[in-house]
Amino acid sequence: MNTTIVRLSVQALFGLKRGVLLGVLPLLLLVLSVVTASLVEGSEAVEPVTLVFGLALVLPLVALLATNGVLGPEIEDGSLVYLLSTPVSRYVVAVSKYVVAAGTSVLLGAGSVVVSALVLELSDPVQALALGLGGVAASLAYCGLFLALATVTRHGTIAGLIYILGFEVLLAPWLPGLRYVSVVELARRVVAVVDESLTLVGGEVSAGYAVGALLVLVAGGVLLAGHRLRSFQLTGEE
Amino acid sequence: MSASSGIDLRQVSRWYGNVVAVNDVTMQIGPGVTGLLGPNGAGKTTLIAMMAGFLAPSAGSVTLDGAPVWRNVSAYRDIGLVPEREASFGYLTGTQFVRACAELHGLPDAGQAAQQALRTVELLEAASRRIGTYSKGMRQRVKLAAALVHEPSVLLLDEPFNGVDPRQRIHLMGLLTRMGEQGRCVLFSSHILEEVEQIARHVEVVVAGRHAASGDFGAIRRLMTDRPTRYRLASSDDRALAVAVMELDCVRGVQLVSAGGLEAEVTDLGAFALALPPLARAASISLHEVSPTDESLESVFTYLVSA
Repeated sequence: MNTTIVRLSVQALFGLKRGVLLGVLPLLLLVLSVVTASLVEGSEAVEPVTLVFGLALVLPLVALLATNGVLGPEIEDGSLVYLLSTPVSRYVVAVSKYVVAAGTSVLLGAGSVVVSALVLELSDPVQALALGLGGVAASLAYCGLFLALATVTRHGTIAGLIYILGFEVLLAPWLPGLRYVSVVELARRVVAVVDESLTLVGGEVSAGYAVGALLVLVAGGVLLAGHRLRSFQLTGEE
Repeated sequence: MSASSGIDLRQVSRWYGNVVAVNDVTMQIGPGVTGLLGPNGAGKTTLIAMMAGFLAPSAGSVTLDGAPVWRNVSAYRDIGLVPEREASFGYLTGTQFVRACAELHGLPDAGQAAQQALRTVELLEAASRRIGTYSKGMRQRVKLAAALVHEPSVLLLDEPFNGVDPRQRIHLMGLLTRMGEQGRCVLFSSHILEEVEQIARHVEVVVAGRHAASGDFGAIRRLMTDRPTRYRLASSDDRALAVAVMELDCVRGVQLVSAGGLEAEVTDLGAFALALPPLARAASISLHEVSPTDESLESVFTYLVSA
């Protein structure tokens, strides 16, 4: 990890309008939680609000915005050249970018999931902890995935959006086989380790497999991103 | 600054699918200022990208002191790159940006190195302002400071004078000249002959991806001015003028144009310019128009390639 790249990435992420955008979705989750808690019994709303809207939709979107925020614009306008024309290993560049994106996603995404769970059911801190842990696991895995995506295609944000909405939200909950490869479903399995009452997945996916698969996404994503950065090409104005 | 023998390109080609951007180029960039001259789209940026390790040659080799540049991040200890693209770090101040580059190079005293580089490009006064507020010339200078901060022996600049106002341009030229005098290998690309003429002793000309000419600027300038040029003439009596100019030694051919006027192919511009007015006066012909038909730089380059 390179502290200079981390510092520059944090400045890039929060110095622009994107910084505001990053906060909007978690804020929406919290507002929704507060409104729901005042209207219905909070404990019943944890699953639809915190788990489905928060963990399965808000969190991946935050991870996507954060990851593409630290890398996307610099690849797009070619200014990544200034970071890459130095003796810093390209894998170190990838790791540093990952740390900023994952940190942001954990803080805002998983953080807002925990707060949402507490707002809805303050009496069950274990449940909030479980959801938070799932949120951390999902944040780390998503950022690895999206980091790789950002280096593979110029349209990282759109590709990520299609992945989240198409695969994670639409397909994965309905096709049992996809539980083995869906980040949300794997993260839910992690949640269930701490709080079994929240288990929504059939128990057939083992917790060990879930953690292993998520780690593969993290390591694989960062390695692939570093490998792609080794072949970063400079193009002209035209 | 460590001494370097410079960048060596051997039979380098680069193609994108069916399009050949650079075709079998062999050149060596040694100490001093070298101008990479060529019209837009000639492959200058592609060549610089390959020299800077940001593009793999499809064939041939690009080496710095014997080691390949592609996928070799340690080469950046010796290379400073000023890309054509703007640095999009508008939210950083000049000092922050240059200092960050110094840190990335692992310099022991990054702050001191950044100050030194900013002093070299004479940007200390504006260094505490955000880059977003800089003029085009100042942005070029802050990019140059970032590229210079680790005292590289090779400095590559892609179109550094583009869009820079004349006063700043003179300043930048002075800087590059000094860098060359210090023994660095300085290579800059340009599509403007006059820019290259002012600071580069050595010139490499590329046209349509091919290495068209190489050498001392004077020799290349002579090649360019001594080429046959076509002139369009219009006068009160085109046919009589055609007969008259054909008498001149410096005229190789004349053709009457159906729309009126004539075209003359001239081998020596200076002699033709001196001989034409007295000739027309003696024949009582009044000249309405004398204009070169192919003075564009592209035609100069085309001539060089075919020569």
